[in-house]
Amino acid sequence: MSNHSVKQVNSAVNEIYSHDLPRTPVDAEFLASQEGKIKVSMIALVGCWGCTLSFLDMDERILNLLDKVTILRSSLTDVKRIPDRCVVGFVEGGVASEENIETLEHYRENCDILISVGACAVWGGVPSMRNLLPLSECLEEAYINSPTAVSGVIPIIPNHPDLTKVTTKVYPCHEVVKMDYFIPGCPPDGDAIFKVLDDLVNGRPVDLPTSINRYD
Amino acid sequence: MMIQLKIDGKNINARAGTPLMDVALENGVYIPALCYVKGQPCLGTCRVCSVKVGGVVAAACTVPVVHGMEVEVNEPEVTDMRKALVESLFAEGTHNCPSCEKSGRCDLQAVGYEVGMMVSRFEYRFTPRQRDYASEKILLERDRCIFCQRCVDFVRDEETGQKIFSISGRGANSRIEINAELANKMTSEQVTRAVNLCPVGTIVEKGVGFNEPIGKRKFEIKSVRERALAGDHK
Repeated sequence: MSNHSVKQVNSAVNEIYSHDLPRTPVDAEFLASQEGKIKVSMIALVGCWGCTLSFLDMDERILNLLDKVTILRSSLTDVKRIPDRCVVGFVEGGVASEENIETLEHYRENCDILISVGACAVWGGVPSMRNLLPLSECLEEAYINSPTAVSGVIPIIPNHPDLTKVTTKVYPCHEVVKMDYFIPGCPPDGDAIFKVLDDLVNGRPVDLPTSINRYD
Repeated sequence: MMIQLKIDGKNINARAGTPLMDVALENGVYIPALCYVKGQPCLGTCRVCSVKVGGVVAAACTVPVVHGMEVEVNEPEVTDMRKALVESLFAEGTHNCPSCEKSGRCDLQAVGYEVGMMVSRFEYRFTPRQRDYASEKILLERDRCIFCQRCVDFVRDEETGQKIFSISGRGANSRIEINAELANKMTSEQVTRAVNLCPVGTIVEKGVGFNEPIGKRKFEIKSVRERALAGDHK
């Protein structure tokens, strides 16, 4: 794991990202113990984190895998960019904003194998239900005509320049970057995620049998 | 008259004229299907049962067996064709399994598992379609219709024999329609039959839903392959 140095910051816009801040050096002994392990990480785009919970449903099987694998990032560690190149990258959630596109493209450049995990990453999932309507109608429903709008306040659609721009439609990950494997399910079972990871770690061809494949 | 044919290199005896689909299933060869209903006239709409007969692709439900026929089912090219057909159905409609009442007892979903679909190779289209609430007992979720025409042909008004369901428009503008007046006269058994006949979640019974818990739903108890091979078509 590398220590990030403070990037040249554009002081005019006062913009700094967490992944550009200096990091506490990692214990040398720990680093040595991670030498030669397969680096794995998981990122979340637009979804519900359910797939991260399924990742944790691998339960004690993760412990055995940890002899061969080290997990650099998960949705539980809110680092915006993975600190090192990874062999296996899991993606949960579909693409619904400019920030999602940047994150996914950076991840593609820094992972050897990318895997779509769950309905949102595979085909758009629940967030893509808004694809059936114009984006303006969705935003108006959420911010202007919302039944929970605060009375007496002029409702506006948030438009601060710091906010990421929402894409017109929600896209599956493979329509933005190349994805290598797909694990359907909403969320997939821990068994399915384990099977794919175990196949990759042990150099077997990835095979998700019919018995654990599901779409809901 | 008994004849002999070959399915995937295996010699099989069958009665001449039996649908190839039935012969294959009776001999332990599973072929996925979405429109075919055993004992009913063949519709031939979904093409998901495509196999090679004498090297030519044909829908297994439309082919009556003849002597000397050579059939390939688990041949790589036609296996991938069947998978592509199922994938195209998932891309064309909006098949949101996580939010669908039919999930777990949906033929399309079960066949998706059987052909090993992880993702559709086609672009997901998200075409907006209007639901039809007009009937008192039935909700029509047009997003999910695959135009198999099972309901069109096999669900009819008990008195007059008139069709209750129909398809309007052509090509990309095709739409499943319901005659609300006739649908309101359907008995509850007939409604249940129509719901079960629909291979997707288009025909939904109003006022009921999510009756079976996850893990105890139809195709979780017994897969579509096991059911078909056992001759269980309910």
